[in-house]
This record gives sequence, structure tokens and C-alpha cells, in this order.
Amino acid sequence: MEFVILLLKTAGSTLFDVAPIVIILFLFQAVVLRRRVPHLGRIALGFVFVLLGLTLFLVGLEEALFPIGETMAVQLTSSALGHAASAVARWDDYLMVYAFAAAIGFATTVAEPSLIAVSIKAEEVSGGSIAANGLRVSVALGVAFGVALGCLRIVTGTPMPWYIIAAYAVVILQTFRSGRNIIPLAYDSGGVTTSTVTVPVLAALGLGLAASVPGRNPLIDGFGLIAFASVFPIMSVLAYAMAVSAIARLRGPKTDQGP
Amino acid sequence: MRIGSVAVLVKRFAGALRDLAPIILVIAFFQIVVIRQPFPDLAGVALGLICVVLGLALFIQGLELGLFPLGEAIAQAFARKGSAVALLAFAFCLGFGTTVAEPALVAVGGEAAEVAAEAGAIAASEEARESYAFRLRMVVAFSVGVAIVLGVLRILKGWPLHHLIIGGYALVTLMTLVAPDEIIGVAYDSGGVTTSTITVPLVTALGVGLASSIKGRDPMLDGFGLIAFASLTPMIFVLAYGILL
Repeated sequence: MEFVILLLKTAGSTLFDVAPIVIILFLFQAVVLRRRVPHLGRIALGFVFVLLGLTLFLVGLEEALFPIGETMAVQLTSSALGHAASAVARWDDYLMVYAFAAAIGFATTVAEPSLIAVSIKAEEVSGGSIAANGLRVSVALGVAFGVALGCLRIVTGTPMPWYIIAAYAVVILQTFRSGRNIIPLAYDSGGVTTSTVTVPVLAALGLGLAASVPGRNPLIDGFGLIAFASVFPIMSVLAYAMAVSAIARLRGPKTDQGP
Repeated sequence: MRIGSVAVLVKRFAGALRDLAPIILVIAFFQIVVIRQPFPDLAGVALGLICVVLGLALFIQGLELGLFPLGEAIAQAFARKGSAVALLAFAFCLGFGTTVAEPALVAVGGEAAEVAAEAGAIAASEEARESYAFRLRMVVAFSVGVAIVLGVLRILKGWPLHHLIIGGYALVTLMTLVAPDEIIGVAYDSGGVTTSTITVPLVTALGVGLASSIKGRDPMLDGFGLIAFASLTPMIFVLAYGILL
């Protein structure tokens, strides 16, 4: 019964969420382009699907993805506290948390469909000098490292701006050393890695971790994993491209594509 | 419903399962090898996961049927002809409209409100939480609208992407110095949240369509980059929101 009420309540707020984009698209179609909407029946069916799907997804989020992230954070930290019952958090008590975060980051990113599409396109455009799988793995490594470092930051309670600003500085330096073609792709790869399923799990993991590590405040320390997961892929993609062109230069001067 | 569309729907379910599989595998591994404790409320979580898979499949199928063809047709029509003002207005509306409905943003907005309520930053009532989450989402959606306008302007004018992005980073850094601590985490995260299921395909369609229809623009070089803007401006606007509040 409770489940049904949750379902109906979510359906109501979803209707409200989807309304703006529907109104915008129809308005522009009618007023600016002055055209009748083609395949109206199919499009209407599509909106019904969107509504139903979003409702179910949000309910599942509440019932599964959030609890999973939180439970994992709590269970992994409590097994860490088993052998170190001190009130002060030591960073090396939480190795399993970092390992878990890195594994989640790597696994979800390698399987991300939009990333697969982008890397195939990048291989085509670069004339094969950037390999699709190399790009995918470097993005996934970037996410894994970012999320693990984000967990380390939560455990140590060091201020997030330091990390992010340092990361920006590295990205800016790399930008000046990289080929012009890779830059937009690298910047975009930061955004595409954080998918709809990954974001809630990471958000809950961070908040759960901040709640269970002694001395941490979820509001200040709990956020940031998503930000880390968005910055580090930029760095790893630029690094990958730099490595590829450096190897090409070492192998012989016949290829003069490069920075 | 015809047989063809049922087959497509089945394919979507397989796709949603594939999205979820790595998470389930990693969690199962850690549960069995490291934690070795019973997972609390396994039945409830399983039911929720079924909801996630069903919901994601229906949602994406619905986008393919309804939103994407409509959005892409308009984006391409604008890219070919039409006044710059109307194009920019459309760019703003597209960014705003797609972000408001973004499931990941709904999720993080709600979570942020809950944490803020527990920490006493806002009143603990459901009303206060809902209005906090709602305002956060509006700020982020507005900022994505601005981002798409900027990105379209960049494509039209041919500005180099990295100048704008580096300028944006500098702005984020400066604002971080004056922003209150509680907003910084939420602000940084909001950049990554905005760009998932709905926003990326529609915005990419607009960018690549524009870049391929304007002479002297390379779709690879100029078509990408809208997403980068859409991940940057939310940080700036949420920080500004925190400073002004």
C-alpha cells in the first residue's frame, strides 16, 4: 500500500517535471517553425512512456539505489572500525572504501553507452591515432581515480576546493600542451561519464561515508564525489592523447601530427 | 502495440540491465568477499532495482519516440535557417527544459535538501525541504540554459573553447573563496549531474547540427563543447546562489 502511494505521489511530481520541455518543444514547433507536428500519435505515446519510466525510475531510486549506496558506505566503514576503534578517523582504515569506490567508478564508466559512442567517433576523426578502447579505458581510469580520491578526501576531511582547484590547474596546463582536436572531446568526456544510474549511487555513497566517519559533517564533506568523477576524466583523456603523440614522435619523425 | 515496438522495448530492457549490471556485480563482489554480512532488506532493494530497470527502459524508449525526433527536427531547422535571436531563445529553453526534468538532478536535489534539513541549515519540515530542492533545481536549470546560449554563441562566432572554459574555472576558483562552506560541495557536484539522459542527446544534436550547417565550422571541433559548458555554469550559478542567500 505504501508502495502504491509512493508511486502515485512520484507520478504527480513527474508530470510537473516533464511539462516544461513538452511545452517548449510544442511552442517552438507551432510559433516559430509554424509546422504541424508530424506523427502526433507516436509522440504522444512517447510522452506516456517518459512519464511512466521516470516515475518508476525515481521510485526505484528511493527504494534501491540510495539505500545501496548508503548501506555499502556504512558496512564498509563499520568493518574498517572493527580493528581501529578510535574516535579519530585514520585514512588507512578505509582502504576497502577506496577500492569499492574505484571499482564502481571504473565498472560503470567502461559500460557507459554514450562513452562508447563518443570514443568510436573520436577514433574515426583522429584517423586512428586515438584508439576507441584506449580512450574508454583512460576515461574509466580517470573516474576510478577521481572517486577514490574523493572518498579519501571525505575521510580526511580536507577542503574540497583545494583538490578541485589543483585539478583545474593541471587541466589548464595540459590544455596548452595538447593537440587542438582533442580538447573539446576531453572537456566533454568529463560530463558524459556521470550517468543517471551512477550519480545516485555515488551521491549516496559520499553522504553515507560522511555520516559514518567520525567527525565529518555530511553537508560539508558528503558531496563532491560527482565533481571528482567529472574533473579527472578530462585530465586522463588529455594525458592519454599526450602519451599517444609522444610515442608517435619517439617512433619516428614521419608522423607530424602532434601538439 | 505492434510486434516491432515490443521488440524495441525488449531491447531497451536489455540496455537498462546492462547499465545496471556493473554496479550490481561490483556490489555483489564486495558483499560476498569483503563484507560477508547479510544485506538489509534485500527484497525491498530488489523490487527497487526492478523499478529502476523498467523505468529506465520505458523512459529511454519514450525519449526516442517523442522528445528526440521533435527536438532534433527543431534544432536542425533552426540550424539551417531562422533568426539568431530565435535560435538563442530556443537554446536557452532547451537547456532549461531538459535539465528541469533530468532524473539525476531530481535525485541529488532531494538528497541535498535532506542533508541541509538534518544539519539545520533549513527548517526540517517537508515543505522547506521541497522548496530548497525546487530552488536548487531551478538555479541549475537556468544555468544550463545560459550555458547552451553561450555554447551556441561560441559556435556562431567561432570562439576557441578553452579560453571560455579556463575563464570559467578561474571564476569558480574566485567564487569558492567567498562562498559559504555548505554550498561548495553541492555546487561542484551540480556540474556533473546536469548532463545525463535527456540533456546530452538533445544538446549534442543542436551543437553538431549547427556546426555542420555553418560554413567553416568543423563538427568535431565546434560541435562538441556544449556539454562542457553545461557542466561548468551550474557550479558558477549555484555558488552565486549560495553567496547571495
